[in-house]
Amino acid sequence: MKCTEFLSELTNYLDGALDERTKSELENHLSWCHNCYVVCDTTRKTIEIYRNSELYELPDDLRGRLQSAIMTKCTAHKQKKPGPQKA
Amino acid sequence: MSAIQPNIQPPVSEELELVRRAKRGDDSAFEELVRRYDRNVFRIAQHITQNREDAEDVVQDAFLKAYGNLSQFQEQSKFYTWLVRIAVNEALMRLRRRRPERTVSLDEEVKTEDDSLPREVADWSPNPEQMYNQSELREILTKTIQGLPPGFRTVFVLRDVEGLSTEETAQALDLSVPAVKSRLLRARLQLRDRLSRYFQKRAGGDGDK
Repeated sequence: MKCTEFLSELTNYLDGALDERTKSELENHLSWCHNCYVVCDTTRKTIEIYRNSELYELPDDLRGRLQSAIMTKCTAHKQKKPGPQKA
Repeated sequence: MSAIQPNIQPPVSEELELVRRAKRGDDSAFEELVRRYDRNVFRIAQHITQNREDAEDVVQDAFLKAYGNLSQFQEQSKFYTWLVRIAVNEALMRLRRRRPERTVSLDEEVKTEDDSLPREVADWSPNPEQMYNQSELREILTKTIQGLPPGFRTVFVLRDVEGLSTEETAQALDLSVPAVKSRLLRARLQLRDRLSRYFQKRAGGDGDK
């Protein structure tokens, strides 16, 4: 497997979406190609760091205000039109 | 190396039960759906619009739209995927309004800086969490993801931050599965490349942070 082939399968590999044969070819490539190993490892870390980052968490007070605003608007909508169930 | 597991979501049947009750006019069921997904919708909206006020408006408008159109939800996808689709469209609309000079589309084939094979010799070490405190790290991550084109950013956020499957991401964005995969790969590699500029500096010992 060449580096370019490795790269084209990287997303499938990280997502666990490869068949056993391709996966083992890829892991064989990783065992000797330091560059691809680092790219793979840091890409995985990129995903993990964003997943665990808690960017843009909704603060509790704002969350409460948004929930009441949504439900107030839904009630007003329902009064204008009788119920969301009407097709 | 083991595969990255997506975030766990609640069972579909329980969600569907709430949706059906809401369709029959039970507002407390709809309120439960709001509580279940408002944080996710807010995160997605803020990632796309990059503006707090817009994100707040998107959360309200997306849920109101979902409420008003609930009868049209055919139950062929998860409610959450349907809701995300509404929220993404609302968020993109606001982004376009704010930046009328730039076309914002998920369909456009965005040119990347460099599609060639990334060259890398140094791993990230120590871990970024050890190199930066939480607020520094958050600033780096925010600045980095904001630099991605909206089409890449959205795919990355839905797939990797919110944990939607590739198929759900495709449904939510009205893209093909190969299009999602190609954008996801490029988004991941671009983010990785940009983060490396921060996370390798100290490790390399040339230390101009």
